[in-house]
Amino acid sequence: MRILLDNLGKILEGFQVTLVLFAGGTVLALVVGTVLAAMRVSPVPPLRWAGATYVNVVRNTPLVLVFIIIVFGLPELGIRLSFRTFAILAVGTYTAAFVTEALRSGINTVGAGQAEAARSLGLTFGQTLSQVVMPQAARSVIPPIGSILIAMLKNTSVAAGFGVIEATGTLRELGRDFPQALYWLFFGIAAGYVVLVLLLSVAFRELERRLVVLR
Amino acid sequence: MPAPHKATRRIQALAGAAVLALALSACGGDDGDSVEVESDASFPAGTTMAKLNKAGKITIGTKFDQPGIGAKKPGADAPEGLDPEMGKIVAAKLGIEEDQIKWVETVSDNREPFLKNGTVDIVIASYSITDERRLVVGQAGPYYVTGQQLLVAKDDDSIKGPDDLGGKKVCSVEGSTSIATVEEEYGAAPVPFATYSECVQQLLSGSVDAVTTDGAILLGYAAENPDELKVVGDAFSEERYGIGFKHGDTEMCQFLNETIEGSFDDGSWEEAFDSTLGEAGVEAPEPPTVDPCE
Amino acid sequence: MSSVLYDLPGPVARRRSRIGSVVGGVVVVGLVVLVLWRLQDRGHFEGDKWEPFEDPDTWNAIRDGVRRTLQAAVVGIALALVLGILLAVGRLSERSVVRWPATVVVEFFRAVPLLMLIFFFFLAFPDLGSFGALVLGLTLYNGAVLAEIFRAGILAVPRGQSEAAYSLGLGKRQVMQQVLVPQAVRAMLPALISQCVVVLKDTSLGYVITYDELLRTGRLIYDNYFNIIPTVIVITVIYVSINASLSALANLVERRTRVRTGGAPVVHAPVDAGAAV
Repeated sequence: MRILLDNLGKILEGFQVTLVLFAGGTVLALVVGTVLAAMRVSPVPPLRWAGATYVNVVRNTPLVLVFIIIVFGLPELGIRLSFRTFAILAVGTYTAAFVTEALRSGINTVGAGQAEAARSLGLTFGQTLSQVVMPQAARSVIPPIGSILIAMLKNTSVAAGFGVIEATGTLRELGRDFPQALYWLFFGIAAGYVVLVLLLSVAFRELERRLVVLR
Repeated sequence: MPAPHKATRRIQALAGAAVLALALSACGGDDGDSVEVESDASFPAGTTMAKLNKAGKITIGTKFDQPGIGAKKPGADAPEGLDPEMGKIVAAKLGIEEDQIKWVETVSDNREPFLKNGTVDIVIASYSITDERRLVVGQAGPYYVTGQQLLVAKDDDSIKGPDDLGGKKVCSVEGSTSIATVEEEYGAAPVPFATYSECVQQLLSGSVDAVTTDGAILLGYAAENPDELKVVGDAFSEERYGIGFKHGDTEMCQFLNETIEGSFDDGSWEEAFDSTLGEAGVEAPEPPTVDPCE
Repeated sequence: MSSVLYDLPGPVARRRSRIGSVVGGVVVVGLVVLVLWRLQDRGHFEGDKWEPFEDPDTWNAIRDGVRRTLQAAVVGIALALVLGILLAVGRLSERSVVRWPATVVVEFFRAVPLLMLIFFFFLAFPDLGSFGALVLGLTLYNGAVLAEIFRAGILAVPRGQSEAAYSLGLGKRQVMQQVLVPQAVRAMLPALISQCVVVLKDTSLGYVITYDELLRTGRLIYDNYFNIIPTVIVITVIYVSINASLSALANLVERRTRVRTGGAPVVHAPVDAGAAV
């Protein structure tokens, strides 16, 4: 127990990095995911095809492989960024594929009548999507996106093997230094994750509730 | 220990060494692969050595991913490197044929557990002798002494030793002691990866400034990329590689120490070094002095 | 729905769409060519980088890697199914003495990263070995996820079924066993198959504890031969093929179940399946 408290600083630092990765990844995943979703429903065939390929390949690839491609492949293309940035890129682009699918199914649940009405009013594709469909889709899309983002929080742990010291990496470091306190360290850091996940779940439930009222 | 026992064993060791020396001088090809197996080794009843000798098989834990020390090419049957060579020498002394050795991958995390629960009989896996480890397992040797060093790009002159590491990105295996040392004592920015090879990849593509771990391992990588990498600096820690065995097995300790010293004397150790780490163009160093068994 | 977002293209729209297609096509192809050219420059497509793949030993190692991936995945899924059903029943129990611990267990294992679990088991219970630690982690995590899927499945069975069963005098356990669970399982097949894809991908985490599954084998190949790009290409193709086939199977099963049971409840593969590594 003592060891847990003594090293609290290190553990919190680790979680700080986890949160940085999570924040960056969220932004990236939401942005890229939205763009991809738009691509997948757009009238331009190559864009539709590119979006579908991206989603199908990334969803069927293990995250570790995505990390390998980014951390070892990008420098060979001349793109040299910090390891944290690489990690954000990896979790962000991986999660974006899932965000896309969630958005797409959300779009599909919005009644066709909505889009038809928008078209009959003369709205363009872009306007239909942004003014009519997406706002309504957003509400039904909140729970799956919530669980996708929670999954991403856990996925940041993979960065531990790619040059970033975050919460799970800290477990490894401390476990090596204090093997006798392994159980305490594990449950302590696990508790950290549980707390974060609970906070996220509560936040999303609150968000959903708010949107219901707005509707 | 009763005197006659010791004498018999001494004579056997010398005889074995003589046979080895003859065999090695006979085979001109210096690939270090053919170690003469003791054909009539015998050990006091009840000892681990007797049991292994009787079974004709031994399970040795070693590393699979450290070139020069212990590395197994995917699809190959057995690992190659200094550690497997020492393993073959020990097995030969026990009268066990090379193809009867079962090689198991042991990493830093599972060396002690595997020895304790008998998954492996001995561990020869860049296993540094420390007092803490001696509390839970037995360690004989050392058979090789090295220390933490740095691997940098060939044309990088900014890093000549650990003191130049302030703020530099230094790669090592996550959870290893090397990475903690450079961070805490020399102010480097630690970059943990899963294996040393991946660290070397990062070094080659310029994403990190240096790779740090035991010099022996770095030499292996420098040997594979002599035009792009170099090892710099003096060793800034001391790592004494030993052979791990089950805690409390004093006879095993004696046997292993004698085998190790025998290999120093009869040249098989130098052969082993030259055919593995020596490929980096490094001369075999002076063999270390073996610790006495408690 | 997607098709009502825009009118059938008229001549102007068609021209614009064609221009857009050409531009889009050029951009995509251009990016791909740029990447390949850059890599070629650094010598990643040299013959000697691809040589290891001419060596039958390499392919043997890959084949073993696939086998070990499948071994861990199959055992993991089987045990996860059992655990999942147990936990789901526990969560649906009326007795809070059973419900609370089940809920805590499910929420705990869904919140902790799988990587941490696997690593902890490997260190804490070395007798398990790397296979055991990996399978234990996979079982606990996927068991928790499956528990939620089962719960959704059981709740999706029309109330009429359980009401009729109770009115026939069946006890709670019999209702579960003989009426609800069989129908729920059938409804959940697509989601279950998707979860298999998840388990397959998660086996790649075995690298932390040196389990020689496919990804680790790939890493060992490029560690040895320093031919990252070719190896990554080969391994990605293998993973995507296996997983995509499974996903396609899941879709097929979903469509056929819907047709056959004529509108009976189907638990769709959750869109976030596989999001968590």
